Amino acid sequence: MNNLYFKLFLSFLKIGAFTFGGGWAMISIIEREIVEKHQWITKADFLDLLAVAQSMPGILAVNISVVIGDNLRGLKGSIVSALGTILPSFIIILSIAVFLTPDAIKNNELISNIFRGIRPAVVALIVAPVLTTAKAAKINWKTVAIPIIVALFIYSKVPFISNPITFIIAGGLGGYVYYIKHQNGSIANKKEASK
Amino acid sequence: MSIYIKLIWSYLKIGLFGFGGGYAMLSLIQREVVDSGWISSTMFTDIVAISQMTPGPIGINSATYIGYVVTGSVWGSLLATFTVVMPPFILVLYASHFIRKHKESAIIKGVFMGLRPVVVGLIASAALLLMNNDNFGSTHIDCIKSIAICVASFCIVYFTKIHPIFVIIAAGIIGALIY
Repeated sequence: MNNLYFKLFLSFLKIGAFTFGGGWAMISIIEREIVEKHQWITKADFLDLLAVAQSMPGILAVNISVVIGDNLRGLKGSIVSALGTILPSFIIILSIAVFLTPDAIKNNELISNIFRGIRPAVVALIVAPVLTTAKAAKINWKTVAIPIIVALFIYSKVPFISNPITFIIAGGLGGYVYYIKHQNGSIANKKEASK
Repeated sequence: MSIYIKLIWSYLKIGLFGFGGGYAMLSLIQREVVDSGWISSTMFTDIVAISQMTPGPIGINSATYIGYVVTGSVWGSLLATFTVVMPPFILVLYASHFIRKHKESAIIKGVFMGLRPVVVGLIASAALLLMNNDNFGSTHIDCIKSIAICVASFCIVYFTKIHPIFVIIAAGIIGALIY
């Protein structure tokens, strides 16, 4: 048995079991484990692979483990790494799902009261990243219409249009067309300026 | 159509179009599992809460939980989780060369520039859709209590560095005390 497969699996298992929240919380721990502790890849390679993982759809923590595993040991490496990342969540959530069914929450007064308190807090947890991602995306008075239109359309549940996928495709295509036009424009300007 | 095929189809869409991280993915998950009537809006909120309190990404946690609740079987969990993580494997096998080559190119840069404001809207829609009577209570007094918890939680999460887990725990204790 190749030892690196086992080590990869263990590393990602540790990461999957002890990071709360996924995404960026996981990335810094993956970096510490893979780059600093085991030195399997260099920092530069890690940033490169992170960029690849970010360009993919899906769950960032899984993407980065797949990309790192693939980089080290090909498909088998990527399967082993992804399994490590996924397994802890899977086992923990499955054991919760077996006991904490929707009926179990409804029928137990204490549990149902606890969740009545938790639900509005969860809404707040989703409102907060609206503002932080808006800042990170540098939303200004020109672009602020985009998130508002997207949110209101999805909220109002218009048939066909209100699917989030519609707006993901439109946003990607729109950005691409805008970038190409903008880039061609700036190249043309530079050419004229150099004449 | 078999429930398993529906589950695969839903989580394949979530995996393939889930751009912008866990919170942005919530709007897709909501669309697939709440609008289709698989689980209630409150159940969805509870799953988000459980996801936040347990390790691991919300995409995996929701797939595992919903897969089980919808089918009543471990196979449902396994299938939904497997489907939602399929896209990166396929992309690594067939498209990683392309992505690596073009990650500085107009295609990727332009697409992500366009996606950024959309992601903000996706997260906002997820929040808006959860601001309902199911989650905030149907009586006036319940709504007032819920809004108070929501505003206080928001201020703590947004203005301090306190981890969301503690906010959820505190809200749960308050819920047990005031209801």
